[in-house]
Amino acid sequence: MSNMMKVDLVIVGGGPAGMSAAVAAYDAGLRNILILERDRSLGGILRQCIHNGFGLHRFKEELTGPEYAYRYEVQVREKNIPFKLNTMVLDITPEKVITAMNSEDGLFQIEAGAIILAMGCRERPKGALNICGTRPAGVFTAGTAQKFVNMDGYMPGKKVVILGSGDIGLIMARRMTLEGAEVKAVCELMPYSGGLARNIEQCLNDFGIPLMLSHTVVEIHGKDRVTGVTIAKVDERRKPIAETRQYIECDTLLLSVGLLPENELTKSAKIPLSPITGGATVDQNRQTETEGVFACGNVLHVHDLVDYVSEEAEIAGKAAVAYLEGKALSGRNIKLATDGKVRYTVPQRITAEENVTVYFRVADVYRDVRIVVRDGENVLVNKKKQKVAPGEMESLTLTAEMIAGVTGDTLSFSIEQ
Amino acid sequence: MKYDITIIGAGVVGGMIARELAKYDLRLCLLEKENDVAMGATKANSAIVHAGFDAKEGSLKAKLNVRGSRMMPKVTEELGVKYQRNESLVVAFAHERAEVEAIYERGIRNGVEGLRIVEHDELLALEPNVNPELDCALLAPTGAIVCPYELCIAAVGNAMDNGAELKLNFKVESIEQKNGGYVITAENGEAVETAIVINCAGVYSEEIAKMTGDADFTVHPRRGEYMVLDKECGNFTKRTIFHTPTKMGKGILVSPTVDGNLLLGPTATDIEDKTDVSTTPEGFATIFEKSSDNVAKIPFNKVITSFTGLRAVGSTGDFIIKHREGVVTLAGIESPGLSSAPAIAEYVEQMLRDEMGMNAPVKASYNPVRKAGHYFHDLSMEEKNEIIKKDPRYGRIVCRCEGITEGEIVEAVHRNPGASDVDGVKRRTRSGMGRCQGGFCSPIVVDIIAREKQMAFCDVTKFGGASVINYQKTKGEN
Repeated sequence: MSNMMKVDLVIVGGGPAGMSAAVAAYDAGLRNILILERDRSLGGILRQCIHNGFGLHRFKEELTGPEYAYRYEVQVREKNIPFKLNTMVLDITPEKVITAMNSEDGLFQIEAGAIILAMGCRERPKGALNICGTRPAGVFTAGTAQKFVNMDGYMPGKKVVILGSGDIGLIMARRMTLEGAEVKAVCELMPYSGGLARNIEQCLNDFGIPLMLSHTVVEIHGKDRVTGVTIAKVDERRKPIAETRQYIECDTLLLSVGLLPENELTKSAKIPLSPITGGATVDQNRQTETEGVFACGNVLHVHDLVDYVSEEAEIAGKAAVAYLEGKALSGRNIKLATDGKVRYTVPQRITAEENVTVYFRVADVYRDVRIVVRDGENVLVNKKKQKVAPGEMESLTLTAEMIAGVTGDTLSFSIEQ
Repeated sequence: MKYDITIIGAGVVGGMIARELAKYDLRLCLLEKENDVAMGATKANSAIVHAGFDAKEGSLKAKLNVRGSRMMPKVTEELGVKYQRNESLVVAFAHERAEVEAIYERGIRNGVEGLRIVEHDELLALEPNVNPELDCALLAPTGAIVCPYELCIAAVGNAMDNGAELKLNFKVESIEQKNGGYVITAENGEAVETAIVINCAGVYSEEIAKMTGDADFTVHPRRGEYMVLDKECGNFTKRTIFHTPTKMGKGILVSPTVDGNLLLGPTATDIEDKTDVSTTPEGFATIFEKSSDNVAKIPFNKVITSFTGLRAVGSTGDFIIKHREGVVTLAGIESPGLSSAPAIAEYVEQMLRDEMGMNAPVKASYNPVRKAGHYFHDLSMEEKNEIIKKDPRYGRIVCRCEGITEGEIVEAVHRNPGASDVDGVKRRTRSGMGRCQGGFCSPIVVDIIAREKQMAFCDVTKFGGASVINYQKTKGEN
């Protein structure tokens, strides 16, 4: 290949994770960095998240999405960290050769010393839900509607039903209402919402929008444009109950039914993925099972708050520099196992005796429980919690001493009464 | 403007006939009631080129299927349409063995090449994912797959490149005899005058035939529901897997598509409403159950979309192709209609020449070749870079799942037959057909269509008519 470049650290994605990783790598002394961003500016999905609530942890103030992104973009620009916009990465090989394309350079390849995957996530589409009925215009994922409203300045609906109470759905319920649409209901299949408690309060309750738990959309009506949906209550096995079918007239159905880490490139690099998170399995440095390839942000697992994305990306950025400097990143190999009630942990393994914050999500709502971490029979952590829920990511820190004292090769995480 | 020949219906049959006739020095017109071609049964069927063992021997279906299947490799090559001879298998449990043998015998009599019965062990060696309880199967080496709307778009495009005219949103309301020909009037008042009418109106061919006074048959819609699985599953079977057929059709098949997805379906339910393309819980349940009979452990959690198509089932059980007083009627072109389409076109051409006095000469300028719609994807890195250097829009990816560039979308809007709605762009480029199903790219596609067609953003639709996507500007933009 004639136009093969060599770059120490290539970061795939210029959203919050990619920018934060780049800044951290720069601050750790690395200069030969390149961010590849597919969109026309840095910032990723934050660009269309014009609501506030970002940065409370990181900056101790309430920022909008674009403001939060801008804080990092300024740093990227001030530090002169190179980036290419409108550039799509098409392939990554296990040998860390990246193929990308844009209008100026055409198709080109880069041999990377290390790679940080920061591609983010995408929304689960309608097709995956097997909703019956017609296929008219007016069915959008909440994020697509958000792009139309916030980026393009157009209203894709007037009378709206939202399926799924993920955060984007909740935010869009408020956004559409503010723009003059009537949001008739938010239906949630589960008996609890997957969104943040503060969003339910500020986006639904404050506007009198009903949240219908244990409800789903069973049929879409309308030939050209949506004319209505039929909803129904579901039983404990999440099957619709026929007698509870109810027709709601609307012209729009928005879907907020889950986010999926976007790992096509990770797969092309033959990096193993966790079937639960949909992202790579990583150690505490966010290094995947391929040496020198790291992952952070929503491509690794879907986060609730961008603040934690930035934090995770800094870990990956620093570790990538250490890897390039030839520093040993491993010594131990301790697997983190879960009991099912704890659905997953990130990281999934620990390779060094240092303080490690472990993030995890639970499978259901549990009250008055203890979060227990065991090394065989030996209990390392036994932490009381009043309530844990799938919508809120939990974390706990394992100290270097605890890890040094681990005798087995597995630490098991469980929820107990 | 008076046309020599006017074809009603731009599905794959109308499109292939238009392409066949466009080689002659004729004024040729193609009328379509929708905002795009390929909008009826053509966009929602099994995408199979059948080998030809199904239809009753001696029937038009049998004759045209076998002929069409033989013509398909050349036709698809000329039109730059993806075609893959992936072979097909009709699988059977032990108690259905006699039926498989009967189909084998019929296939031989229909003239299908290479048929043989494979036993259990060979079947599992050929297709490791089939249900291990199956006993045997009929293997048809000439079974193939093709993308039906791609074929239709390419055929219409080629016809237009050779001078045919396409009128979209032309919903025929009446057909009157005048001056030894016909005047066809649309719902919106537009009219065309023509010497010969060819009725290719699919499920509506009966209604059109009534307008020409030639309806001695009926056509009713039979609903077929399908599911499409992610490309991850595109290799789940290599061949198209049918079950032994029933009188309602060839049953639920499992097949890879030429684009690398896995297709399951169709169900078969006779309905009344010719516009009802909804999917049903019963349909999904039937697909899950019946496809599992043939292929074990299908990853149903990888479904990316589902859809319904309507087959035009005619009252005679065979294809109806006939002419009277300058009107050619094609009706009941259900399966194997796609497989037969090239042969149907040839058949109609001969009918026009031999029985209806068409004697126009072949145009010197006629070119049967159309550049593939997906040519950009198949280029080498160097060739792509040449194009990007000339037109930077080919360097900008719009659809990330399928890797479709702005250049390709612009081309789909302008090249015959040009797309003017989001679904039209999708069928031509695959933009929006990947696993995110248009979540990221559809707003950009709307923007490109609006720009290229000089339309207002809110006037861009999903598939024409009232399928609007955006209603108005937001408050701050007004």
